[in-house]
Amino acid sequence: MVKILENKMIVPNICTITVFAPEIAQSVKAGQFVILRVEEDGERIPLTVSDWDVEQGTITLVYLLVGKTTQRLATFTANDTLATVVGPLGNAMEIDRFGKVICIGGCYGIASIYPIAKALKEKGNQVTIIVEARSSYLLFWQKKLKSVSDQLIVITRDGSQGMPGHIGKLQTILAAPGTPPDRVIVNGCNYLMMRAAQETSPMNIKTIVSLNTLMIDGTGMCGVCRVTVNSSTKFACVDGPHFDAHEVDWDELTQRRKAYLSEESQTMRSSQAQ
Amino acid sequence: MPEDPKPKPKIDLNRREMPKQEEHIRSHNFLEVALGYTSELAMAEARRCLQCKKPFCVSDCPVQIKIPEFIQAIADGDFAAGSRILKERNSLPSVCGRVCPQEEQCEKHCSLSKRGGTIAIGRLERFLGDWEGAQSEMALPEAVHPTGKKVAIIGGGPAGLTAAADLIKAGHQVVIYEALHKMGGVLYYGIPEFRLPKTIVDREVDYLRRLGVEMHTDFVVGKTRSMDSLLEDFDAVFVATGAGLPWFMEMPGNNFNGVYSANEYLTRINLMKGYTYPRNDTPIKRHKKVAVLGGGNVAMDCARTALRLGAEATIVYRRSRTELPARLEEIENAEEEGVQFRYLTLPVRTIGDDRFNVTALECLKMELGEPDASGRRSPVPVPGSEFILPFDSVIHAIGNSPNPLIPQTTPGLTIGKKGNVVIDSETGKTSKERVWAGGDIATGAATVISAMGAARKAASSIHEFLMS
Repeated sequence: MVKILENKMIVPNICTITVFAPEIAQSVKAGQFVILRVEEDGERIPLTVSDWDVEQGTITLVYLLVGKTTQRLATFTANDTLATVVGPLGNAMEIDRFGKVICIGGCYGIASIYPIAKALKEKGNQVTIIVEARSSYLLFWQKKLKSVSDQLIVITRDGSQGMPGHIGKLQTILAAPGTPPDRVIVNGCNYLMMRAAQETSPMNIKTIVSLNTLMIDGTGMCGVCRVTVNSSTKFACVDGPHFDAHEVDWDELTQRRKAYLSEESQTMRSSQAQ
Repeated sequence: MPEDPKPKPKIDLNRREMPKQEEHIRSHNFLEVALGYTSELAMAEARRCLQCKKPFCVSDCPVQIKIPEFIQAIADGDFAAGSRILKERNSLPSVCGRVCPQEEQCEKHCSLSKRGGTIAIGRLERFLGDWEGAQSEMALPEAVHPTGKKVAIIGGGPAGLTAAADLIKAGHQVVIYEALHKMGGVLYYGIPEFRLPKTIVDREVDYLRRLGVEMHTDFVVGKTRSMDSLLEDFDAVFVATGAGLPWFMEMPGNNFNGVYSANEYLTRINLMKGYTYPRNDTPIKRHKKVAVLGGGNVAMDCARTALRLGAEATIVYRRSRTELPARLEEIENAEEEGVQFRYLTLPVRTIGDDRFNVTALECLKMELGEPDASGRRSPVPVPGSEFILPFDSVIHAIGNSPNPLIPQTTPGLTIGKKGNVVIDSETGKTSKERVWAGGDIATGAATVISAMGAARKAASSIHEFLMS
C-alpha cells in the first residue's frame, strides 16, 4: 500500500499526484515510469515519473483523466492509499552532452519532459523547451520548466499564449537562423510525437520519443507493449520506452493504442451510471 | 523359507478415479475441473499401495517426498500425520498435487504401473494438502533457533517459495521480493483458476508467511533496488525470477490487435481476473474464434480459457497428437470440453483488416519426417499447401525465455546463450559471490516441480554456506 501525500487537478482534466515511495525516489532516473493500481480490483496502468524528492522520499506523477481508472484515481485524497505503485520501470532517457537539445512536451508530456530537460541541463546542454496546448489555460509547470531551460517556447492552438498553431510550428522554429539542434526529445500523445518526428526527419535531426503503450506487468512478461521499431518488434517496457522516432511504425502504434477503446468506453459508461 | 507373518494382501488394480465437473458444465465456468478425492476414496486408493521396500516413486520425485510413508498414513486414516510427512519435503502439496506431471515422475515407476494399476500419488498428495487447508488451524513445525543470517529471495513463484520454506525452517531470516502485486508467480498469473484455484495459492503462501517469511510485493529487484545493494543487507541471495519473456512465432502479422502471448492472455484472465470484467477493471475482448499456437500445457490452458469465455478454440500444432508435449490429462480435458485440434498445421502468417484486427491465419500442411534430436518425428511442410483459416484472435503459446531484468542489471553474473543465469547444477551457485539461482531463470521454461527441486538444492547449498 502506498500513501498519497497530495492529489489535485492542476488544469482541466490533468492531475498531479505525489506519493510516498522512498525506494523508487532513490533509484528513479529521468524517463522512467511506474505501474500504478488504484484498488484491489483495479487495472495496472503505466505513468511516467515527472518529479521526485529523494530526501522526502516522494515521487510525483501527472495523469490525464481518460478512463475509469484515472477518474477513480482523481477521487483519492491525501492519506488515502493506492494498492500498487511499482518501479521505476523501463530504461532511463539517454542523457549526455549532446550540445543543443530541444525538448517538446504536450499534455501530460509537459510534466514528463521536465526531469529530462533538467538532467540534460545539468549535463551542460543548451536546452530549449517547447510546450504545446490547445489554449493557455491548459498549460502548467511553466516556472519549473523555465528553471531547467535556456528558452521556453509556448505554442497554443488558439493563440492565447505564445505562438499560435500546433506542433507543425516546429518547422518554423527549426528553420530559424542559427545552428539546428543536435537532438530533439518529444513526450506526449502519439500524434504530437509523430508530427514532431515528421518535422525533424527531413533535417535528419536525431529525435527520441517516449512511447506510451498499453502495459500490464511492465517487466517484459506479457508483451502487450509491442512496437515495431526499425522493422523489428520491441517491448516498450524493457527495450524502451524511448526509441528513435524516425524508426517507429506510427500507424501500428496508433492502432494498437485503440485495441480496447470500445471496452474502455463501456467501462466508463457503467462506472458513471453507478 | 521364513513364513510371512501377515497374509499376503490381494493386489487391487482399481485406480480410483477422481470426480470431475461434467464437461458440458465445466466448459462454461472457471471453477476447478477436478473435484478431489473424498476421505473414503483417498483411503481406498492409499490401501492399494504395496509399500515397496525400495520405493522407485521416491527416487523419481524431484523433491524426494517420503511417498510410501504419507500414503500409509492416509490408509490408516491419520491425515494429520500424513500431512506432516508430506510437508517435511514439500511446502506446496495442494499445488504440486494438481500441477506436477506425476505420470513422468513418481507414478512412472510405481510397482503397479506395469499391471495397469498405478497408484494415484498426485491425487493423494492433493487430498492431504487440501485436507490440511480445510482444518481451522494449519499445524506449524516447531520453531528452530534463529541463526541470525539473512537471505533475500528474488521472485515469489514456485522456486522462490520452496527455497523460502527450506531456509526459514533452517532458522534463517527470509525476505521474498516479488515484482507483481500477488505472490505465487506463474501459479498466480499463469495457471488458470479451473486447474489451480487461487485461494489454494494464497493459502500455501499464507502458510509460509506464518512460518515467518517476510514478503514484499510490487518490488522489482534490478529496478527498485539493485542486487548489489541487496547484498549489502543480506548474507545470501537466491534468484528465482522465472521465464518471463514470451516468444512469438517468427511470422508476419504478430502485432495485429487480437494477437497475444500466452502470458498476456493468461495474466489478463488470472492475475487481473479479466473473466469477471467489467466487475474487475482490466478489459478483455470477447473473441469468437481463437487459434492457440503450440501444444504444451500452456497452450491447453489458453484454449480452455478461451472456450470458457465463449469462444470456439482451436489448437494449431505442427506435429500430430502423439507429439503433443502437454500432459495427457490436460489434452483429454481439452478434448472433452470441445477444444478443436488442427494437427500437422504450421501457421505462416496472421492476416488482419484495415482496422488492424486479426481476421485469419494462413497455414501450411505438414507431414511427419524423420525423428529429430528430441526423438519426436520432425514435421516437414508440404509445398504449395497454403490455406487460410478464419480467426479473430491468435495466441502464441510456444514458450518463454528467462526474464531479462536481473541479467541486464546485475554485473558479475554469468549469462548463458539463452539469456539464462548460469549455475552449478548441483548447488545452484552462480558466478557471483553469495548469489544462487534456480528454476526457469536458470533452465528456461520447465515445470513447477523441477523449479522446486532446483530451489531445494540451492537452499541446502545456501544453508551450508551460511553455517560454515
